[in-house]
Amino acid sequence: MVRKFIIILIFALFAQVGSLNAGTTGSEELKKKSSSSQDTVNECFEGVSRAMFKLNHGLDTAIFEPVAKGYRALPVPIRRATGNFTGNLRSLLTLSNNLLQGDFRKAGDTAGRFAINTTVGILGIFDPATKLGFEDHGKEDFGQTLGVWGTDSGCYFVLPILGPTTARDAVGLVGNIFLDPVYQITHNTEIRNGVVGNGNYSEHNYYYYRGTNAVDFRAKNIESWDSVEENSIDLYASLKSLYLQNRKQKIANSKSIIETQDDSDWEEIDTN
Amino acid sequence: MKKNFFIIIFFIFGLTQKSFAYSSDPKQFVQEIVDEAKKVLVETNTKEFKTKKLSEMALKTVDIKGIAYYSLGNYRKELNDEQMKEYLALFEKYFLKSFTSRLTDYSEPKIDVLSIEVLNPKYAIVKSLLLATDKKPEVNIEWRVYTKNPDKPLIRDLIIEGLSLARTQKEEFSSVIQTNNGDITKLFITLKEFTAK
Repeated sequence: MVRKFIIILIFALFAQVGSLNAGTTGSEELKKKSSSSQDTVNECFEGVSRAMFKLNHGLDTAIFEPVAKGYRALPVPIRRATGNFTGNLRSLLTLSNNLLQGDFRKAGDTAGRFAINTTVGILGIFDPATKLGFEDHGKEDFGQTLGVWGTDSGCYFVLPILGPTTARDAVGLVGNIFLDPVYQITHNTEIRNGVVGNGNYSEHNYYYYRGTNAVDFRAKNIESWDSVEENSIDLYASLKSLYLQNRKQKIANSKSIIETQDDSDWEEIDTN
Repeated sequence: MKKNFFIIIFFIFGLTQKSFAYSSDPKQFVQEIVDEAKKVLVETNTKEFKTKKLSEMALKTVDIKGIAYYSLGNYRKELNDEQMKEYLALFEKYFLKSFTSRLTDYSEPKIDVLSIEVLNPKYAIVKSLLLATDKKPEVNIEWRVYTKNPDKPLIRDLIIEGLSLARTQKEEFSSVIQTNNGDITKLFITLKEFTAK
């Protein structure tokens, strides 16, 4: 496991140095010439990414959105309990990354939340930790940790099913597997299940948990996504912009635009 | 008699003007917009009514021209006067359609205007919170207010959960131009298609 982790770190270093240009389109060349924003991230392979985006969009329309709408029809307490339960499991990955980022105060809060919500909150279904003053600082992942360590985002591309990412965040996705205790428990203890006698540790439970987490997220964003879809003149570009802005604020741990974005391009606009 | 008539006219005119004037304090200005929008977005109003009223509000409170310039980025320097005139007209139609379409689905939104951060003499950020409903989680909304003319603040951007609508729009416009080999007229066509649908 340590060896695999070192390989990921080396790969992340490469992602920082070069932007994995596996091919460019004419638009990418133009982007380099005309961009004035410091926030622009180059595409790795725009043509392929646009095709992947179309595939994902089709899958969303055919499968994910109807499932999310079905989930939304469930009573609010059930949805809230489901969101809390998966969120509580997800917090273990956050804890690993809090520690890697050297943010021990947040790590303490995350660990406290997990302990209280798992016990008093009955496996995370309820959230007594918030009432007891343990603040929820939001999710962390290994892509964010790499960002905190100073790794540049690298180029942007779209993965099938998993959606938009960057070179750094793709490395982060692999890193998450090794850092997520839920993955490790469900994948590495299965062989011993016969001895331990606990089927809850089976691999497929990990995918149920991740799938439920995704459905919960999609259900919370049905209207937002519909609005983006309806009002975009280039949906691919909208999603890219939203994804990159979101990652920046997550790495900066701030929702304040003035802390996460270079807004100097507003200064030159004078209309009165 | 004639004098009284003029006084009445003057009084009515004064009242009318006052009812259309927004506060010069950015936080109060946003609060007034929120209150007005809430009245428009009541469930019993038709979508057409909401669209008309929100468009009127936007024309008075949003710096549409400023957002138009911003959205075009450096490409605005490549337009001649005639093209710029055409672009601004197209953008206004596009903006109003997009703006009203985003809002008409909301029914009596409950927004708390929380605080203000003055960035410099030209800009202030007003922070607000759209309260959660059964279907939607709470949403942080920041309003970028252009305060260069301190008597007449104008909205330039809405930042929803840290995501700037203006920046997203700018990157969309840029993408449309770039994927058409730098041809800005293709953006004009796209905007026309959007407003026609």
